[in-house]
Amino acid sequence: MAFFARASPSQAIRRLKDQSQFLNRLLCSCGWQNRSIATAVDDAKASVHSSVESGGKKRINLCSAINDALYIALDSDPRSYVFGEDVGFGGVFRCTTGLADTFGKHRVFNTPLCEQGIVGFGIGLAAMGNRAVAEIQFADYIFPAFDQIVNEAAKFRYRSGNLFNCGGLTIRTPYGAVGHGALYHSQSPEAYFCHVPGLKVVIPRSPTQAKGLLLAAIRDPNPVIFFEPKWLYRLSVEDVPEGDYTLPLSQAEVIREGGDITLVGWGAQLAIMEEACVEASKEGISCELIDLRTLLPWDKEIVEASVNKTGRLLVSHEAPITGGFGAEIAASITERCFLRLESPVARVCGLDTPFPLVFEPFYMPTKNKILDAIKASVNF
Amino acid sequence: MALIRRAGRSLSMLKRSSLFHGKQKKQRQQPIVSPSLPNLTPHLPSSLIRLQINTTYSAIPRGISSCSFRSSYIPNRLLTSEAQPKLPDEGIDDTQFLDFPGVKNTAFTCDLKFVSEKSEEVPCYRVLSELGEPVDGAKLPQMADALALRIYENMITLQVMDYLFYEAQRQGRFSFYMTCSGEEAAIVASAAALSNEDVIFAQYREQGALMWRGFDLQEFAHQCYSNSADYGKGRQMPIHYGSKKHNFVTISSPIATQLSHAVGAAYSLKMDRKDACAVTYFGDGATSEGDFHAAMNFAAVMEAPVLFICRNNGWAISTPITDQYRSDGVATKSRAYGMRSICVDGNDALAVYSAVKSARSMAISESRPILIEVLTYRVSHHSTSDDSTKYRSGEELSHWKVMRDPVVRFRRWLEGNGWWNRQKDTELQSHSRKKIIAAMMNAESMKKPPLSDLFTDVYDSIPTNLKEQESYVREAVAKNPNLYPSDVPL
Repeated sequence: MAFFARASPSQAIRRLKDQSQFLNRLLCSCGWQNRSIATAVDDAKASVHSSVESGGKKRINLCSAINDALYIALDSDPRSYVFGEDVGFGGVFRCTTGLADTFGKHRVFNTPLCEQGIVGFGIGLAAMGNRAVAEIQFADYIFPAFDQIVNEAAKFRYRSGNLFNCGGLTIRTPYGAVGHGALYHSQSPEAYFCHVPGLKVVIPRSPTQAKGLLLAAIRDPNPVIFFEPKWLYRLSVEDVPEGDYTLPLSQAEVIREGGDITLVGWGAQLAIMEEACVEASKEGISCELIDLRTLLPWDKEIVEASVNKTGRLLVSHEAPITGGFGAEIAASITERCFLRLESPVARVCGLDTPFPLVFEPFYMPTKNKILDAIKASVNF
Repeated sequence: MALIRRAGRSLSMLKRSSLFHGKQKKQRQQPIVSPSLPNLTPHLPSSLIRLQINTTYSAIPRGISSCSFRSSYIPNRLLTSEAQPKLPDEGIDDTQFLDFPGVKNTAFTCDLKFVSEKSEEVPCYRVLSELGEPVDGAKLPQMADALALRIYENMITLQVMDYLFYEAQRQGRFSFYMTCSGEEAAIVASAAALSNEDVIFAQYREQGALMWRGFDLQEFAHQCYSNSADYGKGRQMPIHYGSKKHNFVTISSPIATQLSHAVGAAYSLKMDRKDACAVTYFGDGATSEGDFHAAMNFAAVMEAPVLFICRNNGWAISTPITDQYRSDGVATKSRAYGMRSICVDGNDALAVYSAVKSARSMAISESRPILIEVLTYRVSHHSTSDDSTKYRSGEELSHWKVMRDPVVRFRRWLEGNGWWNRQKDTELQSHSRKKIIAAMMNAESMKKPPLSDLFTDVYDSIPTNLKEQESYVREAVAKNPNLYPSDVPL
């Protein structure tokens, strides 16, 4: 009889699946052609630091790599939990598919639609010695949880003199442009969180990176915000080690060596920057491309070393230019490499407008803008 | 007629069934508003959808109103797979079983009626009168004299500590203080009803709960003097206590943020099958915060064993409850979250103890959250930065201070039992005073935490940028040592 009282679970799941398919269609439909679709930077030479249990690799996309990492996290630590809005059925982006079936609905579960509740709950769970992996469905919706992240999670250890910590907390959230996400499905809010001592901010560029960095984030004894480039969930595909491995936090990586100019970026933007590097090389400009990977605390040394070599720096991110994390990099590197710099630090970023729908191609730090900036810098 | 009989039989069957939720109490006869039976929702099996009923007002058994009919009639009707011949679209529109997914136990009505803004009355539980005598008919909790005396001694020590620390702040010995005058029973008696394994997420006026667990006067003094023995390493303002060994999570200043932490902790305790719950304290002002809603809803949905103890003392700094909420108190809010609650006279230590003890037992054994509203009055100023005479009358204050003192009330009960007398009281006050002054002198004589503590614990280990900044600060101090506090060891 209860069947008639409300929709059955199977109906609910069917509805949610429809919703998810809609979202996937949303992601994979129009608008993409405006940005050339390369997979993320070729990650063949990604350094896999810790031991890989099974030597095999599997060709998967970034979404599956996240799923893989979550599976390993849940499997390797019985005190780990994965939760958030719609997480139970697999998440609107399908990153948590199958996890509730395998690990039970007490360890992988839906939460009410309330970001401050999700993060606050996660802090309490983590403070009891658990690994709490919270999902905020879109980075655009993380702001109700801002107080919990900034005033609570980030300060939990410091304010207690290390009596307590919520280091087991990891907040996963998809960020960035998708071609048609407009104001509220496109934002890159990483800079807000890079202003908060006590947090770590990590953004992967590819499936291999995503899996290794997410596992590192989950196991790191500090609260981590893990921004996932949703543009790459389906698009970025590569051979990913099948076993359990982590990649180091707070270590940037040179993913393309060059001698004329250093380019620094993170996440989905690296693919665009890589294309600009390829174009520039046709014109005889040799670019060095660095994936910052962890934005807080960030690896200044590797950028400093590179700029000391090239004498030029370009930073690029999707977030608005003013107060963006590029400003921090520009200022820090100017301090450290002032006499070595041969041109002003260039920033190719989002505009200081809300993220616009039809104007997205104008707003974005596209390949042509980066290429122009590279040339301007080299010819300064 | 066959239809009528079936309907009648179905109803009587359902009345006996546990699936029948008793929603038919408002049985009235009234005209049918619309003649057509609405289509059943598309997700019902097609064999059931084919079934159409034509029934008229006269076909409904006497005493069963059309409005209440749905819960009994339709489900049974749907049990048959036998398709009925399609009849003309005449009949009633409100016999449909309510299957909107947003609710569980509610019925259709054709009355246009709004839910009243008035809360259902929540009585305030008390067992002791103002004179400290058992209220007629009250069942007093079992409380041995040792426990009762310990609660009382704790309340007195708390009062003396509050008084001396408040004065010390006024003398400029440390920067800030908050007393809990008027709320001693609410805090100490609630803490006494808990197990030490229960994890407390307090607001900032529950030093009594920490004292109950054995955090000693010296530890309190060290924290307020921000010295090198402060567990918080001098980083937070006074009264931001925390103690791992007492399961008392370090206090933070933002209001209500700790509530959802308690839910997460409670979920962990539940998953670990611990015989413990999480407990969070907060004030009436905190119930206006979004975090209150978040935590209440999460706790209910997650079935987390957590006690929400609201010290409703009538004031949020200068804001009276009339500017805070329109509900009649806080306990009533729990219904909307699907949570149990109780309202207790917070100036009756026995009632508080009893309520919290019962709530704790239910929370753990039934894995559910409980809201406990403890009605009390903030006799103190909000803090040392506040002068409450600016916004409340002296008469009001003296009424609560003199006539409604929770400590005096409890003492009268102890005296009535022959467990306490004035001489013991004087001795206890004097003893506490000496111990606290000694603790303050000791704390004052200690050094501040070293400069290195500025940079540790931001992360589990010190990152490069902080190492650089430490060097930078040390250089700045070396150049101008007179510009920096001399009592912080370098």
